[in-house]
Amino acid sequence: MAAVAASYDQFKKLGVEFLAISVDSRFVHKIWQEEELSKMVDGGVPFPMLSDGGGRIGTVYGVYDEAAGVNIRGRFIIDPDGVIRAMEVLTAEVGRNPEELIRQLKAFQHVAATGEVTPSGWQPGQKTLKPGPDLVGKVWKEWKP
Amino acid sequence: MSKEVDGCVKPAGGPIAPPAPPQGPGMMMPQEAPRMNIARTGRPAPDFEANAYVAGQGFKNIKLSTYKGKWVVVCFYPGDFTFV
Repeated sequence: MAAVAASYDQFKKLGVEFLAISVDSRFVHKIWQEEELSKMVDGGVPFPMLSDGGGRIGTVYGVYDEAAGVNIRGRFIIDPDGVIRAMEVLTAEVGRNPEELIRQLKAFQHVAATGEVTPSGWQPGQKTLKPGPDLVGKVWKEWKP
Repeated sequence: MSKEVDGCVKPAGGPIAPPAPPQGPGMMMPQEAPRMNIARTGRPAPDFEANAYVAGQGFKNIKLSTYKGKWVVVCFYPGDFTFV
């Protein structure tokens, strides 16, 4: 959470809204923010922290662990039409990489705006592909890993 | 600004089922429970409403569908005060 908060300016620049969600109550979110997060990152977590008591929302998103009673790490990119573009779900021990999330957001925004497609590991400014009959069997001419 | 009042228990919608498809005449099926969408890429994100804490704003309810028109990242995590 704190890592995302530290990169928050980049999310804002992309016009992306961020919602964090766990089974903790809103009261616990407030105290975590005040007692710990605000000491990790200046100003703490600037986005809404949602409460999913009972894991009912996590269940629908396939991330609720009934044995542990918590939501495991799952992040979902949702486009302006409300469609899920990407999901990444990890067990609890490994933290996430905000840089990869930002890369994917830039790529999805690029393809939504242009209709092009982005090859593996694409970064803004790098070559994209224009899908169509002429490209079939010719990707090797355009792009190599 | 008036002091915010927030009770111990505040309902929130949780997951919100999409409206049932209209039933035409001759389609009298036994009433089923509303079918919940399950999250899948390329499909509409299941809507939900939850209690939330927002720094600088206090407690409010947040509904996913009010963010239509914007890119949104929804991020689940195991719990406050955990380690990663």
